[in-house]
Amino acid sequence: MAENATDLFQEEDTQKGKHLIFALGNEQYGIPIGHVIEIIGIQPITEVPEQPEYVKGVINLRGKIIPVMDVRLRFKKTHREYDDRTCIIVIEVSDLCIGIVVDLVLEVISIDDENIAPPPKWNKDSYSRYVQGIGKVGDSVKILLDCKKLLDEEELLELHTLDMNEE
Amino acid sequence: MHTHVSLEPMQEMFIFETLQLAEQLEQRILSSENANSNTASIDEIFRIMHTIKGSAAMMMFDQIASLAHALEDLYDMLRTEQTIEVDSRILTDLTLDAVDFIKQEIDKIQQGKKADGDSSPQMQKVQIYISSLDRNLQHKGMEAATITKTSQQQPFYVSSCQNSGTVKSRAFIAHLFFEDGCEMENIRAFTVVHNLQELCQELLFSPEDILENTDSVKILREQGFHIVFRTRESVEEVNQFFAQIPFSEKVSVQEVGEREYHAEPLVQAKSSQVHIQEEVKNNDPLLISMGKQGVGSQLMTVSVEKLDSLMDLVGELVISEAMVSQNGDIKGLKLHNFQKAARQHKKLISDLQDLAMSIRMVPLEGTFQKMNRLIRDVSRKLEKEISLKIIGEDTEVDKNIIEKISDPLMHLIRNGVDHGIELPQERMAQNKTKQGTITLEAKHAGGEVWIIVRDDGRGLNKSRIVEKAQRAGLTTKQEHELSEGEIHSFIFAPGFSTKESVSELSGRGVGMDVVMQNIQKVGGSITVESKEHIGSIFTIKVPLTLAIIDGMTVKVGQSAYSIPITSIRESFRPREQETICDPSGREMILIRGNCYPIIRLHELYKIQTDIYEFHKGILIMVEHDGKSICLLADALLGEQQVVVKPLPRYIKKVQGIAGCALLGDGKISLILDISSLV
Repeated sequence: MAENATDLFQEEDTQKGKHLIFALGNEQYGIPIGHVIEIIGIQPITEVPEQPEYVKGVINLRGKIIPVMDVRLRFKKTHREYDDRTCIIVIEVSDLCIGIVVDLVLEVISIDDENIAPPPKWNKDSYSRYVQGIGKVGDSVKILLDCKKLLDEEELLELHTLDMNEE
Repeated sequence: MHTHVSLEPMQEMFIFETLQLAEQLEQRILSSENANSNTASIDEIFRIMHTIKGSAAMMMFDQIASLAHALEDLYDMLRTEQTIEVDSRILTDLTLDAVDFIKQEIDKIQQGKKADGDSSPQMQKVQIYISSLDRNLQHKGMEAATITKTSQQQPFYVSSCQNSGTVKSRAFIAHLFFEDGCEMENIRAFTVVHNLQELCQELLFSPEDILENTDSVKILREQGFHIVFRTRESVEEVNQFFAQIPFSEKVSVQEVGEREYHAEPLVQAKSSQVHIQEEVKNNDPLLISMGKQGVGSQLMTVSVEKLDSLMDLVGELVISEAMVSQNGDIKGLKLHNFQKAARQHKKLISDLQDLAMSIRMVPLEGTFQKMNRLIRDVSRKLEKEISLKIIGEDTEVDKNIIEKISDPLMHLIRNGVDHGIELPQERMAQNKTKQGTITLEAKHAGGEVWIIVRDDGRGLNKSRIVEKAQRAGLTTKQEHELSEGEIHSFIFAPGFSTKESVSELSGRGVGMDVVMQNIQKVGGSITVESKEHIGSIFTIKVPLTLAIIDGMTVKVGQSAYSIPITSIRESFRPREQETICDPSGREMILIRGNCYPIIRLHELYKIQTDIYEFHKGILIMVEHDGKSICLLADALLGEQQVVVKPLPRYIKKVQGIAGCALLGDGKISLILDISSLV
């Protein structure tokens, strides 16, 4: 038991500060590695009607049906045709598995806390609220995203009330 | 650290097994009570008790073990003494009592408490019953000898005797002749047997058919009466007994050792007979387990986790199969043998998938059977006469859902028995049958599973409900201002209970709202219809999460949609001139004199497709609750069984879509909820 506990801590330690970096166009984004379940190539997505534009539909991940969101569209960028470098990153946020479509997965890097600057406060830009911080790695900057906020805040709220009901 | 106490694997196994056996036992005994013949089940109950006894003793739960042992004795007695007449009600009560005790103890063990219950009251009851049966038996034994028709091939009547005890018994061989001309030798011989029976453990005699067969008199006169027996009495007493037999002439009583006893032809004949009987008995369970009656005897339990991973693996297998057989590298190649093998491979995999899908589905049978017990207990306590009718118990529902709806269902039934069905005299006064009926029905309906609880009791009292609702501050309206539906829905409001006196069974006022909540938790709903003095109907609708449906898969643009086969009436390609468009642009079609509205799926769900004309696509006529509409799709893809899964939480609810399904090739189709489209 005690061994397990230390194992856990160590695991958490090794994941701390690590980010998965992906690209949308010219910008590079990072998400905490702890949220990432796996990365898969793009695959046929089943459309579900009456969804917001950025919800592309659902995919079958080994028998599990998970929703897929296009991060480009989420950030109100122009749509780009999927190609063989397009990836779906499967992340888990508050017990919810979701796939996010990105142009390209780059690498996993460590960014120390001191190299992360808080995002500037733009009042009316809705896009900035997904940003947790700006990470400096060498010469380049990575925009670090807050996975929780990547799902719509309202939707998350809704989910939470659902959860409460279930309890 | 853990919320529940982790149990030793052995213990877990024991708990699991015993609970299952207890359940099996309960069902067995209830079904045999209803059928009023226990004979078929006695063997099985005996076996179950034996198993419980064994495993409980091994796990050192002595109270359970000894109670099971007592019952085992009882059933063993019934098993060997087929002639015993038993009051099946008493027997059922005794057994159910024991089952309850066992379940209770197991519950304690499960919660990590000590199994400290005392089974002696139950045991005492069983023992009292055994001894009363035993007494009966001695009378019955005599009658049995006359009643049971024994054929010539079975030359020896094995008499029933007291249970063998620990005191060492002696074996005797006796031979006696009756006085010449005493007449009625057979009756006299029978009297001897009758009297001797009380003294001994084993008794064999020849000729055996002394009463039925008049020839036996002749044999008795010529060859004498031959008796072999085993007793705990002393030699003197035995001698004295034989000395007192009236009209006996030449009496020889001889104590024999075990060897001589077994060498005695009568004993040998008997033991071979017993042997045959045992053989028959051994065959019996096998027969039962092969037939349908062996409820659960060929079942085993697997953890749901394993099933889930099996499903996932099979899903992957399906996809990888497609990757192999449709591999780009072999495209365009003429590989006759490969194609043949691949087809076979694919068929096997799809069979495997079907099977894996169906494993998770459990028929409602078990849950429904449990209600039998409930109704029996409750109705007896309330002195009501109620029969339970079960319809559609083979409807399959996902295991998770079954677990969730079992409690609400129990509550509904309990309510129905307690509040719904009237006392027999009340029913008679109202020209109803003395016996009330509760019907439990399950069926698939429009993308849902419906479970309907119907009783023919007094129905809901509207004015009392309104009164109560007003008092509880649920409404300020008067009765005439409210619709029937509104009034009935008050019973699901929290803190509502019309029963004035709180009974032990129901009526704590936490009932219906909890039922409602539990059902809503699985995404279901509950409605009530009621007519005063006629009865109430509660309908539980649960989504068929993971329920398997036969679906017709259709193509619309790039998407696949599945329509439950049960709601499809026909599909056809209309001619151009058959469709009509009304001034407001609504389209409809005239078929055999009836006009049906048309819904274009691609329009409804804004799907890109090339097929806009009716005569290029296909119309599928679907029906729900007597209403029909036609759906326009691009093409039919085929019919297959699909497992319904809910759409992920992140996806917003879509009108008309019940869930999604994994198709054989790993693609996802959306399942149309016809009831909300019609």
